[in-house]
Amino acid sequence: MSADASQSVITGIGVAAPNGLSVKAWWNAVLRSESGIRRIGRFDPDRYPARLAGEIRDFVDADHIPGRLLPQTDRVTRLSLAVAREAIDDAGVDLEQLPRYAAGVSTASSAGGFEFGQRELQALWSKGGQYVSAYQSFAWFYAVNTGQISIGHDLRGPSGVLVTEQAGGLDAVAQARRRLRRGSELMITGGVDSALCPWGWTAHLAGGRLSTGDDPTRAYLPFSADASGEVVGEGGALLVLERAAAARARGARVYGAFAGYAATFDPPPGRGGTPQLARAVELALADAAMTPDQVDVVFADAAGDRAADRAEAEALTRLFGARGVPVTAPKTMTGRLSAGGASLDLAAALLALRDQVVPPTVNVTEPADDCPVDLVTGRPRPLRLRAALVLARGRGGFNAAAIVRAVP
Amino acid sequence: MSQQMQLEDLAAVLRECAGESENAALSTAALDVSFADLGYDSVAVLETTARIERDHGVVLNEESVFEAETLGQYLALVNAALADSTRAT
Repeated sequence: MSADASQSVITGIGVAAPNGLSVKAWWNAVLRSESGIRRIGRFDPDRYPARLAGEIRDFVDADHIPGRLLPQTDRVTRLSLAVAREAIDDAGVDLEQLPRYAAGVSTASSAGGFEFGQRELQALWSKGGQYVSAYQSFAWFYAVNTGQISIGHDLRGPSGVLVTEQAGGLDAVAQARRRLRRGSELMITGGVDSALCPWGWTAHLAGGRLSTGDDPTRAYLPFSADASGEVVGEGGALLVLERAAAARARGARVYGAFAGYAATFDPPPGRGGTPQLARAVELALADAAMTPDQVDVVFADAAGDRAADRAEAEALTRLFGARGVPVTAPKTMTGRLSAGGASLDLAAALLALRDQVVPPTVNVTEPADDCPVDLVTGRPRPLRLRAALVLARGRGGFNAAAIVRAVP
Repeated sequence: MSQQMQLEDLAAVLRECAGESENAALSTAALDVSFADLGYDSVAVLETTARIERDHGVVLNEESVFEAETLGQYLALVNAALADSTRAT
């Protein structure tokens, strides 16, 4: 299948993850099965019921962010700016050569700049309103990462933010694809998220899904009979998305095409109806003009909750048959990254296509009997890969499915 | 005798509130250098104004603050307010 000139292709990747800052560091760690999940170091987690997270520990803000931006940016924005820079450099594109309104930014966020907000709220309540930073006006905001990337690289095309929790990491890229179809030439897209300060931690705890174990190798075991909740982390990935024709014209290296996508919404709990994840996959396959047998690997949402894992396994079984397709969850090495998670899985899927290898799910030895999936556990599995399916479920009923495909 | 603010004092507050200028001009700040030349936008001026008002117990006229384009014009506003508050006490 040759690449349709109008399809959207990925030409650049940037990554910040708990097990590696930069695409190279992270992917090497993933293929070595190295996890970034540890006891929280950013604050003392002793008084909290959950104490493990995937923290990025080697990010030195001043190495990545100009001095002028330090007083006005939350950690999530600083990470986003560094990741966007890596993606743009990786794409080898000269943004200044593009027409003035031809390039935009579409990112996902789930909570905005939480750490910045905590500091300013503390200033407000302990000292008074005159001690609150004027920069709080935008530093907390969901769209701030899109805004700062847009300003930093002078990208004046249509831009925006998607807030659909875990599904955002795919929804934002689908929105970027829409922009390319409507005439934009290039989009910076994906998600990077972080809310690992005490206030953010309280919000994660209120969600009720965090694993309370202290053993990093046992806390997050998606599809396992021992699954006992999720571990959350910070980070994600940003991609450079271009029309295939434009990428080819400038001789760009292409990781793959964003070939199919769909989003569905679950019915409200307790009102009957069924989860709509499988429907999202069917629609994404139709969008890509593909059949299930053309999917070579699935990057699972991997909730780490027994009921949610069963529901995902059921959807996969219905579409692909029991153990019908290799399934993996490299997020077992990072924790679930809110709006960044599915974007990082997209990056992993693209590098899997490049290297012809399925990255592993760590710590899970075998899936539960009621989760009949061919889970790639322990170590990478070399495999002929042409297309990968990425799944994401966001709190509140969001489902998203995306397909990336190798471009010959 | 009122406590007048010097150019280097203003440069220090700006740096603290709005970050180090990418333009080296701040280290050799001159009165006729504009905020825009230094890369500081209106929020940077707002944040700096809030800090000066808080630390010196003065209130700067909001409209005048945003009309001040250069460090010199801004400094004149601050020093006028400082002089007023000294006379008042």
